[in-house]
Amino acid sequence: MTSEPATQAPGQRAYTGTDTSRQARWRGALRWESGLVVVLIATLIFGTARSSDFLNTTTLFYVGLNMGEIAIMALPLMFIVMTGEIDLSVASMLGLSGCVMGQLHADGWPIGLAMVAALVVGALGGALNGALVARLGLPSIAVTIGTLTLFRGLAEIILGARTITNFPTSLTNIGVVPVPGTQLSYSALIFLVLAIIFGVVLHGTRAGRAIVATGLAPEAAQFAGIRVNRVKFGLFVLSGVLCAFAGILFTLKNASVSYDAGTGLELNVVAIVLFGGVSIFGGRGTVIGVVLSVIIFGTLQQVLTQMQVQPEVQNIIIGGLLLASVILPNGGEAVRRLRARLRKAPSLARAPSLAHSPSSSDTSLKPEEKNQ
Amino acid sequence: MTALTAGRGPRFARGGALLRAREVGIGVVLLAVFGVTTLHNHHFANANSVQQLLSGAALIAMLGVGETLVIVTRNVDLSVGSVVGLSAYIVGDLFSHHHGMPVILGFVVGIAVGAVIGAVNGFITAALRVPSLVVTLAMLYIIRGIDGLVVNGVIIVPSSIPNAYVAIGFRTFLGIPWLALIAAAVVAIVAYAMRSFRSGRDLYAIGSNPEAAALAGVPTARRVFSAFVISGALAGLAGALFLALHAEVDVTAGTGYELLVVAAVVVGGVAIFGGNGTVVGAALGALLLNTINQALVASRVSAFWNEAIAGALLLLAIAFDRWLSLRVARRLRSAEGAHRDI
Repeated sequence: MTSEPATQAPGQRAYTGTDTSRQARWRGALRWESGLVVVLIATLIFGTARSSDFLNTTTLFYVGLNMGEIAIMALPLMFIVMTGEIDLSVASMLGLSGCVMGQLHADGWPIGLAMVAALVVGALGGALNGALVARLGLPSIAVTIGTLTLFRGLAEIILGARTITNFPTSLTNIGVVPVPGTQLSYSALIFLVLAIIFGVVLHGTRAGRAIVATGLAPEAAQFAGIRVNRVKFGLFVLSGVLCAFAGILFTLKNASVSYDAGTGLELNVVAIVLFGGVSIFGGRGTVIGVVLSVIIFGTLQQVLTQMQVQPEVQNIIIGGLLLASVILPNGGEAVRRLRARLRKAPSLARAPSLAHSPSSSDTSLKPEEKNQ
Repeated sequence: MTALTAGRGPRFARGGALLRAREVGIGVVLLAVFGVTTLHNHHFANANSVQQLLSGAALIAMLGVGETLVIVTRNVDLSVGSVVGLSAYIVGDLFSHHHGMPVILGFVVGIAVGAVIGAVNGFITAALRVPSLVVTLAMLYIIRGIDGLVVNGVIIVPSSIPNAYVAIGFRTFLGIPWLALIAAAVVAIVAYAMRSFRSGRDLYAIGSNPEAAALAGVPTARRVFSAFVISGALAGLAGALFLALHAEVDVTAGTGYELLVVAAVVVGGVAIFGGNGTVVGAALGALLLNTINQALVASRVSAFWNEAIAGALLLLAIAFDRWLSLRVARRLRSAEGAHRDI
């Protein structure tokens, strides 16, 4: 029973692993980004049709203000997802860093030093995730559910039921006024700068290729000289630091922090990354897709709020978009499979392995390993 | 780790004993936590406190059973928390409009609500072959949104629920709360099915190696679909019991349960990448997490510490599980050659 799949599988792997399938993937990715542009334009037209002063600078400012921190956390998460891992602890880190900064500031530390301390906590938390995932080889979804609880718990230990509010007004102003000379919130501007850096790194440098390779075929990447574990460890640390940074912005924007700041935001961040066309199985995704996804989520939220649509309906729309983002790319394949099944019986046996091709990045090397 | 339960030989030889040892291990930790806490505060061991402990754990244990079925097939169901909330509210709403409705109908409605949502999850995941993490994350939002529309600011209050129904939440039989008995029955039935039914073994085969399972003739799509339906139905039942236990339901009911349940399941030794783990382990994991929470309260540790300790414990459990599976893998390899896939 064990020998039969072992002898059959390599042949089928060769089929799914050829260049043609990868080209198809890239084409699919391109189509996805153009689809996002269409959705964005539709949202803007819809918003303008509902209220004539939708497309003004105030809207721009509030979209940026609402989405800035979430968007900043989405960038490192995108890289992590591209390597085939996930980080669910992002929002807890946001809360923890805010609490650290708030408590230290309340203890009389200068605000600059308190911020640095918060960033250090972010790096340490990220290193904990990274060590457990990359060094010990533990599943990142389980590890980061654990650290989600742990980081939130630490925030609770630090602040308890207290809320800290006495931050310098010069800094909390970032929640009220845009960057001078623009209509962007500070967080939005920082996100855009970071997005450009992330885009250049991912699509134009060796490090970016290493991330893609790690996600597509970890073992092959390892043999090609990429230190897969170091890449993953580094990304988790990066995620920790940027989430801590988002926590600082979030705290200053609200001019207050309590232990439950940003609870549940991790799901929004994950939803944005996946809606941006990043494959949950790793190896596929573009920064422009994530940026578009951020803008769509922010604009849609603004449109719906201005239309006074209940938050419940907004939840349903977010969920529906997320569902569509995975069903649409797979829909064509499902129809093809169904047709093949109807046409003739022999294709039945091949259908499952073909259909699993997008999901096989984590298992694709197993048969080869067995052969060794 | 995966070969353990998929291959027949190893499981019945050494693997079976080790797996059992895993559940025994959780049991020992459970007793230790219980014993130490009782030494600190003997009120912890009195009937009332234990009954509360069991009732609270029963809900999570029941969700853990469904989650185990799904996770064993290499999928995950993140929508359970929202299903609990929606099911609890719909049942409560029914009772407040039809006060004389038979109690059993509450359960039936709850299970039906959950099963329908589970069928949607299962259909999208299995038939359209979409990653379940994304599907159930999307469903988490959608169901919570629908829940909000249904609730529409009207909260279910205890007075609108028949006394006979609320009694289920606190009545006991031979000193054991009904909720715990119901959960135990669910665990026993599913544990038997997972051990002895062909369909149950198929779930492990799918989780160990989906391609091999399909080639071996396992109807993978149908089995994954069923796992989601059962998980949804159990979440619906848990929602109906949530109503009985709390007698009060607002729009936040069940929020965040999904991560709690995944944590309990992982602590209970179910491998997050599928193919390994038992529902008994998952139920014990739920009981352990709940006991620790209560123990922290009883030991007068500040409630603020609960979450951090729960998180640290979860990380320890995952690391321990990894260590154990590596040890088993090494033994298996030396015992019967290099037939490993990790």
